[in-house]
Amino acid sequence: METSAPIIEKPVIAEIEKPPLLLSQLVFLRFKRHKMAVAGVIVLILMVLYSIGGTFFKSEAFSLVTDTSIRLNAPSSIHPFGTDAVGRDILARTIYGGQISLMIGMIAMILEVIVGVLIGALAGYYGGILDSLLMRFTEAMLNIPQIPLLLVLGKLLADKIQPIVLLGREFSGSVIVIIAVIGLTSWMGLARIVRANFLSLREQEFVTAARCTGTNNLSIIFDHILPNTMAPIIVSATLSVANAIISEAYVSFLGVGVMPPTATWGNMLNGAYNYIETAPWLWIFPGSLIVLTVLSINFIGDGLRDALDPRALTQAE
Amino acid sequence: MDALLEVKDLKVQFNTLEGVVHAVNGVSFVVEEGKTLGIVGESGCGKSVTVLSIMRLIAEPPGKIASGEIIFEGKDLIKLGKSSMQAIRGQKIAMVFQDPMTSLNPVLTIGKQISEALIVHKDINTSEAYNRTIGLLDLVGIPQAKDRYNDFPHQFSGGMRQRVMIAMALSCNPSVLIADEPTTALDVTIQAQIVELTKNLQSKVGMSVIWITHDLGVVAEIADRVIVMYAGYIVEEADVYNIFENPVHPYTLSLLRSLPRVDSHRYERLAIIPGTPPDCIHMPTGCPFMPRCSFVIEKCTLENPGLRNIADDHKTACWVDVKTGRPA
Amino acid sequence: MARYIIRRLLQAIPLLIIISITIFALLQNSGDPLATMGGKRVTRSEDRVRLARILGLDQPIYIQYVYWLVGNDWVKLDINQDGIFETTGQRKGVLRGDFGNSLVARGQSAMELIKERIPNTLVLMIPAEIIILTFSLLVGIFSALRQYSLTDQVITAGSFIGYSMPIFFVALASMYIFGVNFRKWGLPYLPTVGMFDPKIGKTFSQVAVHMVLPIISMSLVSISGYSRFVRSQMLEVISQDYIRTAYAKGLSERMVLFGHALKNAAIPFVTLVGIDIPFLLGGAVVTETIFGWPGMGRLFIDHLTRFDTPVVMGILMLISLAVVICQLLTDIVYGWLDPRIRYT
Repeated sequence: METSAPIIEKPVIAEIEKPPLLLSQLVFLRFKRHKMAVAGVIVLILMVLYSIGGTFFKSEAFSLVTDTSIRLNAPSSIHPFGTDAVGRDILARTIYGGQISLMIGMIAMILEVIVGVLIGALAGYYGGILDSLLMRFTEAMLNIPQIPLLLVLGKLLADKIQPIVLLGREFSGSVIVIIAVIGLTSWMGLARIVRANFLSLREQEFVTAARCTGTNNLSIIFDHILPNTMAPIIVSATLSVANAIISEAYVSFLGVGVMPPTATWGNMLNGAYNYIETAPWLWIFPGSLIVLTVLSINFIGDGLRDALDPRALTQAE
Repeated sequence: MDALLEVKDLKVQFNTLEGVVHAVNGVSFVVEEGKTLGIVGESGCGKSVTVLSIMRLIAEPPGKIASGEIIFEGKDLIKLGKSSMQAIRGQKIAMVFQDPMTSLNPVLTIGKQISEALIVHKDINTSEAYNRTIGLLDLVGIPQAKDRYNDFPHQFSGGMRQRVMIAMALSCNPSVLIADEPTTALDVTIQAQIVELTKNLQSKVGMSVIWITHDLGVVAEIADRVIVMYAGYIVEEADVYNIFENPVHPYTLSLLRSLPRVDSHRYERLAIIPGTPPDCIHMPTGCPFMPRCSFVIEKCTLENPGLRNIADDHKTACWVDVKTGRPA
Repeated sequence: MARYIIRRLLQAIPLLIIISITIFALLQNSGDPLATMGGKRVTRSEDRVRLARILGLDQPIYIQYVYWLVGNDWVKLDINQDGIFETTGQRKGVLRGDFGNSLVARGQSAMELIKERIPNTLVLMIPAEIIILTFSLLVGIFSALRQYSLTDQVITAGSFIGYSMPIFFVALASMYIFGVNFRKWGLPYLPTVGMFDPKIGKTFSQVAVHMVLPIISMSLVSISGYSRFVRSQMLEVISQDYIRTAYAKGLSERMVLFGHALKNAAIPFVTLVGIDIPFLLGGAVVTETIFGWPGMGRLFIDHLTRFDTPVVMGILMLISLAVVICQLLTDIVYGWLDPRIRYT
């Protein structure tokens, strides 16, 4: 039966049921969808806990005790990871080595990001001669292979800095050297990305608008354009922590990085190949820790990249 | 006139993370030989998905042709195998896309891209394909065709690129040309040229055309018949004169009313259609246009009106007679 | 196209100059060459001064750079500091292939030492690069075409693990499994040290079998990384409009893939190869050290730890030159592949 009720004059507009999400909430939700990235976060947190929490179980002095009578012992109940070539406990060394390796990763990343963003932003924003100069320099740095360069710089500067005392513990000065060296040789990729983004963003109208209201250049760069290019910077920063840890490992492994007795996961592997038949625990434990840490950081970086990508894929998984 | 292509009750869906999107919900129409069918509707109403389904170019996950038939030359295209469909694409049914810059391969010459279809479908050698391509470039109005054969897409302007696309589509003399918003990305003067070109070619060659647009002005220029789509449904179907002179669906009415007119009052506000298109994942019961319609009666909220004849050769999907406001 | 090539060539020259200046500035005053050369004997101060003058270390730095670059056999030096410039220098300079004499290996010029080792490194690197390129493309394309399938997910997971491993971990692990444990378990095993077994001699099969583990170590990490890159590039290309147009013309999947998709996907891949070369060369240092391979990388680290600056600078300069040349080649290939670049 049809009813002939009078016409409804005003059309009914559907109500908005949920308020739109904040960008950060959206990113967080999209990140959570990546199971591997979430797993990466968990593993990374475990690593950090291992390195920090481990200090409650084994003191640093213990990690430094050398006793050649028990050198190259297989894993046992007293030394769960075995002992190294001069009789030090490997488990304890991985704890303290982890602290150094992770710290190097973080601080080198900060250095890289600062240098890379500065150079990329200035080159991209001002253009012209400054851009050409900075880019030639960046290209030159890129053309020198990183590992040999790291090795050279590491070797050159290793002895120059005195051991530093921080929080009651003594670190070899080479830690600072390695941080600086890694940071100063890894910024190039980020600089290029930031420059490319600045080149395109500075033509946008919001920049013209900012100039019209009298904003000075520095403010335009840091307050207006930079926030719009955070996504690749965040992803690059995350991945550069992994790269820094690996670079430190390479350099220390070859004996020109962080000097003993300060331990890092990398320098624990120095010379391990000489004992590969007799003492595989020398490289298995620190090596696996490196791989796990780097793997988890890579997963996190991948998850971030997908979560921050504005052109998110909406296909069914 | 004979029906060259017939679409029967086509339903197309997409599986997404947020749910199943019902993009096309039971669309039926006929394309007659030598005539132009215009498909009109706003973005997201399912017009592109419909024609892409005819060409079977919908990616199978996540998309799916859920049901329906597409009859062409006596066969159901939906049931056709891969190689049979490949023989039809480009050769019997050809397509021109919206954005000629991204629709042409930037690293291949346009000459190669046009002659490619010829070489694949017709059994001819490269020099014969070259000659025919030059002929096609002349036909679509690209000057100095021989010189431009070896040029790349980025060396052409937008209008020229679209002409190249048309040449590519026409290369094998298809019986149906599908044009999915071919002039939306071009400015008005170029748009007029492309429309003119298509009409000339159509009369010369005698092919049928399906022209998709959201621009009613273009529809008036080129179409013989028009279907109006909304939310994956056809809401009105008639020949082009009746659509403009005697529209019966509230949506069509609103579309026509929202066109700015030369003779309107200077300070008159432009009429808009309030609200937004429905969420195709959670389709409401009842008529999909109901939330934005000014002619709603109770039945509209309960049952979806199907496409029904209200006059000779004029269909609409509405419960209400818009002239009187009473049920039709 | 020719103009593009010439332009890139001209850009390479100042690049090389900047690189040489950077390398020189870093290293020339590093360490203590006098101590290195003097060895354990305490040198008298007059000897040190004389040595310094022979080595040209008393000159201002920019003069030292010039001598390093073009030699000093066209000037007369004042060796005994009597104000008379009588001795001709002996160096021909980098541009003529002379990096100076090794401070460590007495009597041998740096170039001699390097030349000895270059073929060994090339023997490792060229097959490795070919393997990397081939497999990255194959795995990446295969993965892209089978997106979301089980194979794709397994490959993706494997790639992640692969490129999270530092080269030495792969080297040590492969050494341990294939070298040590296989031998223990009585399986045919692979040698882990050196280029050939000294008892058998430097035969082709010896070298080939010794190459296996080092090449696996060098290529695994790169293949893991690049195959993912190829995969994402292919996926991006496949979703482009012009691929849809190609299908709309009635082309088969294979024609679309090879005729349309591949060329576009290859473009960024080619530039990536250019960036890989330095990485490969650097990785050679680690691999050669672990496997005792007598190549340039091991020469580098051996002489670096002993502060043999001429050799170190020479190797760095040569590697950078190789990198610049490879970049140039990849840029040319890039220009050939992507016509849009040629006209800018």
